[in-house]
Amino acid sequence: MKALHNLLDSIRPQFEEGGKFSKFWVVYDSLETFAFTPGHATKNGVHIRDGVDLKRTMFMVILALVPALLFGTWNQGHQYLLSIGEIAANDSLSLMFWDKLFIGAVKVLPLVVVSYGVGLGIEFLFAGMRGHSINEGYLVSGMLIPLIMPVDCPLWMVALAVAFAVIIAKEVFGGTGMNILNVALTARAFLFFAYPKQLSGEIWIHNVKASADAGLLADGYTGATALGHLASTVGKGMEEPAVTGVMSMFGADGMFSLTNSFLGLIPGSIGETSALAILIGAALLIWTGIGSWKIMSSFLAGGLVMGLLFNLMGLNAYMTLPAIHQVVMGGFMFGMVFMATDPVSASQTERGKWIYGFFGGFLSIMIRVFNPAYPEGVMMAILFMNVMAPLIDHYVIQANVGKREKRALAAQGATA
Amino acid sequence: MTTTIRIKKGADIRLKGRPASQVDQAPSAALYAVQPPNYKGIVPKLEVKEGAAVEAGSVLFHSKEHSNVKFLSPVSGTVKEIVRGEKRRILAVVVEADGKNTERSFATVDAASLDRGAMVEAVAERGFFAFIEQRPFATLVNPSDKPRSIHVSGFDSAPLAANMEVALAGREAAFQAGIDALCVLAGGQNVQIGSKKGQTLYNGIQGADVHVFDGPHPAGNAGVQIHHTRPINKGEVVWTMHPEDVANLGETLTSGTYCAKRTVAVAGSECSAPRHINATLGCQITALTGGKVDESNVRIVSGNPLTGDTTKNDGFLGGLHHQVCLLPEGNKPKFLLADGWLGLGLDKFSLSKSYPTWLLPKSKEFVMDTCNNGEERAFVVTGQYEPVFPFDIYPVQLLKSILANDIDAMEKLGIYEVAPEDFALCEYACTSKIAVQSIVREGLDMLKKELG
Repeated sequence: MKALHNLLDSIRPQFEEGGKFSKFWVVYDSLETFAFTPGHATKNGVHIRDGVDLKRTMFMVILALVPALLFGTWNQGHQYLLSIGEIAANDSLSLMFWDKLFIGAVKVLPLVVVSYGVGLGIEFLFAGMRGHSINEGYLVSGMLIPLIMPVDCPLWMVALAVAFAVIIAKEVFGGTGMNILNVALTARAFLFFAYPKQLSGEIWIHNVKASADAGLLADGYTGATALGHLASTVGKGMEEPAVTGVMSMFGADGMFSLTNSFLGLIPGSIGETSALAILIGAALLIWTGIGSWKIMSSFLAGGLVMGLLFNLMGLNAYMTLPAIHQVVMGGFMFGMVFMATDPVSASQTERGKWIYGFFGGFLSIMIRVFNPAYPEGVMMAILFMNVMAPLIDHYVIQANVGKREKRALAAQGATA
Repeated sequence: MTTTIRIKKGADIRLKGRPASQVDQAPSAALYAVQPPNYKGIVPKLEVKEGAAVEAGSVLFHSKEHSNVKFLSPVSGTVKEIVRGEKRRILAVVVEADGKNTERSFATVDAASLDRGAMVEAVAERGFFAFIEQRPFATLVNPSDKPRSIHVSGFDSAPLAANMEVALAGREAAFQAGIDALCVLAGGQNVQIGSKKGQTLYNGIQGADVHVFDGPHPAGNAGVQIHHTRPINKGEVVWTMHPEDVANLGETLTSGTYCAKRTVAVAGSECSAPRHINATLGCQITALTGGKVDESNVRIVSGNPLTGDTTKNDGFLGGLHHQVCLLPEGNKPKFLLADGWLGLGLDKFSLSKSYPTWLLPKSKEFVMDTCNNGEERAFVVTGQYEPVFPFDIYPVQLLKSILANDIDAMEKLGIYEVAPEDFALCEYACTSKIAVQSIVREGLDMLKKELG
């Protein structure tokens, strides 16, 4: 590795002040620090530093996303082959394994490339303009964004959403560490509001519209997600055939059974469908201490509590869905593990994290059931809680301040 | 029976090269120095010129603000040099020892016979206000303050620290005399000693309350111990003193000559024989390390690895330091897959669990170099300071209030209770490599200036 380092050293002057490529210093610097932790020694303060840095931390999050990414890629192929009747729902899952992975990869890889390309491009531009080094934050956002996209989302839309999110949600606030809203969710929300028509209906399964037009679609396939189906039941009587039809899909043998939802063998955004794959990632995040177990567990508790409350009310078919089924569907798990735990936009006090997580989960289920126009309540709930997080922290800190003031008054009283 | 106060938060950094309890005598050094930058909150006013002859105990300089905070020469000889830095700031007053150790004589004092005013004068004359620090602000004290209490932390929990049993061996009487003097300064039963669980050193001490603490570093920090016994409120002042300095004060009062003993832990992975050394305050580093160290590859730290000052072979032991650490310099780049951020990191000690070393047995010790292990970034990761910060204070929020120059918020968030050293582990653990201690120092200085 000495040779690589010597090479980097030898081209270094060209990138430094006055060099031919001094404008590209940021690029050089980020590549060099990527390859080699610089031999910068501590100066003031502590003489020894922990081995961990932001690169390591972010890498762990990406590692935690790998199961969801791999499963999601496979599942997109699986859903496509199901939709055109190439395979049946009760076929062995290993059937046409490589075909599924290949079909998925063809769709997913471009999304990942576009997300990183556009996002990092903008980051480099801003870092160059501001003369600071690249922060590692986008390495994670860039992977999250494709995973919460529908598989047939046009690439230009993804590019636009990334640009919007990175510039408006992050850079205008000062870059990594300063943003109020979660960057990846902002990208998703942007698409949701800017292109509602394109982002609903027929993009959750690859080529589903074309298949339908060509008459290839297997019976019963509409290409809608679990939440899409459920949203269609709201406002109808529980006994209507349309409603009972939908609800039967959530029964033990239905397409959206608890097992299928938990394993993720259902249509949906690329990375969100498999609770199992997400929970493997969650285990890694909790094991390494990088993801807050407090937020995850209180988020889950919040979702379950709301789900149980709905079960008790039972006012419509949607509400009767068991709470445990609610939390394994849609983006709930993905939001809980990877979005709500974003340390920058979440609550920053340990006590605040409990409150933040609980209401995040609670509102996720509430929004998705109460407002069928927003089937994806998780996104709205987390963005809302991002906005609320500073307020939660404020009250948590005020409690601490109040305690200190009381103590001071008591001490004064004792001496007076 | 006193109850043990259990400090749960904190961490022991398991560095290789802990000092053995063996004690060696340091060879007498040729040069000694008193260094004004070692003492926070003072501007030195010289009382000697270069070439002047001094006795052990002669005043070299005093604090401009409080002229009874005096700094004495630890040895007799001639003032060789006044080292100045930028803007002619005095960095060190260097004394060349004559080897005769001519001592300035003081009246011997029996603590019981003095009232508080006379004791303040006696301590001031003997130069011991140079060894008493205060909360708030973590500076040297203003001798005209009347402290709420005086706190002596009876053990040092920092990595590679000196063992107090070794440092105070055979000095029980001197320590008791020092505590007697502090009792007079504090106006009665207002002296506290923080003892470690299992420590018997302070069992026979009269006149002070002994609190027993158990837990990882920073349980030995005076600030932590005060917080867990009687937290400081706005307007209160608590003085703190190191046990060895207490013993030196006691010995000086009873013997009538200036006692400047220092038992120094010389330790670290680059030290061939980590042990304790009996030396004299302000001695040159080579007298402690027993020869020159390869400065380009070894960092010499006066003080502990978390809060100490970098020094050189021809530098001097800091005035308030009790250890010297030799650590490998981390000035070589680390390739990402080998020993960099993507490596397995089986030899990387980390408080985060992102390296597998937290699974290794607790007895394993690590060699840590002075590499920053990453570049400075914005605050991103939350919840990493709190587990190593045993105060009922929100550390990140306090730091942010300091960065925002918000004095009101700093007060409310509890800045009166803390010293930069209390944040040392936060700085160590910081993923974003933020210079936490210097931010706290800035905040304390800002507040002190504002309050006058």
